Amino acid sequence: MQRQLTKERIGLTSNYAAAYAAKAADVDVIAAYPITPQTTIIEKLAEFVADGELNAEFIPVESEHSALSAMVGASAVGARVFTATSAQGLEYMHEVLHIASGLRLPIVMATPGRALSAPISIHGDYQDIMNARDTGWIIYIASTAQEVYDTIIQAYKVAEDPRVLLPVMVSYDGFLMSHTVEPVDIYPDEYVRNYIPKFIGNRPRLSPNEPITMGPIATPDWYYEIKYQVIRANKDSRVIIDEVNKSFTERFGNQYDVIERYMTDDADYVLITYGGASTGNAKEAVNKLRENGIRAGVVRIRLYRPFPAEDIAKAVEGAKVIGVIDRALSIGNYIEGPVYNDIASAFYTLGVEKPLVSAIHGISQRAMYINDFYQFVIKLKDFYESKSYPKNPIYLGLRE
Amino acid sequence: MKTYFKTVRDLPREEYFGPGQLTCAGCGPSIAVRWILKAAGKNAIVVNATGCIEVTTTQYPYTAWGVPYIHVAFENSAAVASGIEAGLRIMNKKGLVNENPKVIVIAGDGGTYDIGLQSLSGMLERGHKVLYILYDNEAYMNTGIQRSGGTPHFAWTTTSPVGEVQKGKQQLKKDIFSIVIAHKVPYAATASIAYPIDLANKVKTALDYTDEGPTFLHVIAPCPPGWKYEEKLTVELARLAVETGYFPLMEWDHGKLRLNPPSDRLIDKKNRRPLIEFLKPQGRFSHMTEANIKEMEKEIDAYWDYIVRLMNAFK
Ligand SMILES: Cc1ncc(C[n+]2csc(CCOP(=O)(O)OP(=O)(O)O)c2C)c(N)n1
Repeated sequence: MQRQLTKERIGLTSNYAAAYAAKAADVDVIAAYPITPQTTIIEKLAEFVADGELNAEFIPVESEHSALSAMVGASAVGARVFTATSAQGLEYMHEVLHIASGLRLPIVMATPGRALSAPISIHGDYQDIMNARDTGWIIYIASTAQEVYDTIIQAYKVAEDPRVLLPVMVSYDGFLMSHTVEPVDIYPDEYVRNYIPKFIGNRPRLSPNEPITMGPIATPDWYYEIKYQVIRANKDSRVIIDEVNKSFTERFGNQYDVIERYMTDDADYVLITYGGASTGNAKEAVNKLRENGIRAGVVRIRLYRPFPAEDIAKAVEGAKVIGVIDRALSIGNYIEGPVYNDIASAFYTLGVEKPLVSAIHGISQRAMYINDFYQFVIKLKDFYESKSYPKNPIYLGLRE
Repeated sequence: MKTYFKTVRDLPREEYFGPGQLTCAGCGPSIAVRWILKAAGKNAIVVNATGCIEVTTTQYPYTAWGVPYIHVAFENSAAVASGIEAGLRIMNKKGLVNENPKVIVIAGDGGTYDIGLQSLSGMLERGHKVLYILYDNEAYMNTGIQRSGGTPHFAWTTTSPVGEVQKGKQQLKKDIFSIVIAHKVPYAATASIAYPIDLANKVKTALDYTDEGPTFLHVIAPCPPGWKYEEKLTVELARLAVETGYFPLMEWDHGKLRLNPPSDRLIDKKNRRPLIEFLKPQGRFSHMTEANIKEMEKEIDAYWDYIVRLMNAFK
């Protein structure tokens, strides 16, 4: 074992960071299908396998439905598996998303977010991720390439913990992160593998030595209880997620929490958002607002499922008004921002009585300007001062 | 085909398909599965597509399966099997396990001819070492008898009803066997539950050849409620399907096509029993006119003609 951590700083896109993390995790099986903006992840992994840098089976499946199905099969025999997809691919997998969590398989998947057809768009937003939010998967949304790399390593630690046994999705901005290069500290593979050792047999697996039946049919007499176990596993995974954030810092140095707070302590106006570009712009806007005497702050949601409701509530304790910026839509809902709805329901339940305003931005990568975020906070301030709040989301960047 | 079993007495006594399942009386597919598991033995992992067999044998907290078993969904059993096979291969290579079970898919006609065709084709093309067994009861039975690509011409189903204008299925049965051998697999065969020795030997042979690549077995398995006949006739109809020439027993073995007994004697039409003997006991064909029966006979002749030409081309 390598005791001393030596980091190597290299330039990586978030997609390559994901591929490097999967390699570091010594995954046994990869099954994947190309789709923009995910494709460069699996291209890189195919290279690693072809060059002998990663000793894994690479299954070039004929669809995403088969990609996740093959992951289910490989994981069911105890292999460590990795796949990646976006948009139409994630939709095509959707049926199997529920099955993967129902079968309690620790599959890890990278999902740079992308807009959904129609009209077809290859560009980034989070519609695909939001459509997967009720599937029982643990979902992280990273904001830097470093975080993508680190979170995928964490994902194996969390997913394979016998107290969890759930699949984990690590998402981030399609294109704005998946295809932009950032400096990333990578760790020696051996050092990472020591942090996430493989234990064959610490979870049920298909083996002729001990035949089990996986994926049976459950009558209404049993279905509810079995699903309740998934509910519990997802909720209770929070304990392990916190443990892993802590042990990760001890081992690798970088610090992570389930949310990220930026200047929230004294903030009157707090923007809640997720992903790289939206968070980055929000932070820049906050810097400018503060220069102009407006106390604003940002909360970034890093762990999306299980939803860190109490952490968010605590982070905005001092705020006068909160703005939630979504990069996805829940069309037909009273307010269309999906994370807005998560927060509204959490706050209502927790008794947090604060004005909450929804904004939509960055749909199909509509350019998000720092000034849009700046002006949104100015609006929040106006709403607060006039004590009148909108009953519709503010569609930032939209040509009406 | 290699000969492992000569008589029923040679078949293993061990049962890996337990009693107390919820299949209908006279279920053809469950007979198939019993023989398949006997022939395969305990060093196997079964992937089962959604369908009658899955819902009747795995009702939580019970299971009929004495070998490791997984059901994931309807259309993806070939993909799941691909993952299992690849997973075990690399885990053995890395020294994580030392296990070499055979991987067997068991799927219905709907799960194979139609919704599962893509994942089957992918698995065959990628060359996974898996035996894919299609149990063909010629319709989506689990959802209450709807037509599939494997349903024969004229057959009544709830989605190919017998109406005033259209009577039964308007299209022919898809030739899944040709589709499979077009993937250049080392071995593919047809079998009938009325010929258990032939079936068991084909299972063993196909499993042996998975060392080279994917193999395929197409088993005709009658369904009393779906075909509308008396339960006691299941094996009889599976035999008549062969003896009338409706379902030839054959095998594709490393680029050669051959007919197996008794189908090898049926190239000469005179040796076939009249088709009506197969059709008559089945309610799903009861609306067929003389002309319809003649038409079906012609279609069967054409299929035989095709098989014989294929046999001559791939001797
Ligand atoms: C994606 C999807 N579509 C439809 C179904 C509904 N369904 C379950 S079993 C089945 C029919 C299975 O037919 P077949 O493969 O012929 O097997 P059998 O029931 O006859 O054994 C259908 C349509 C499903 N489970 N999944």
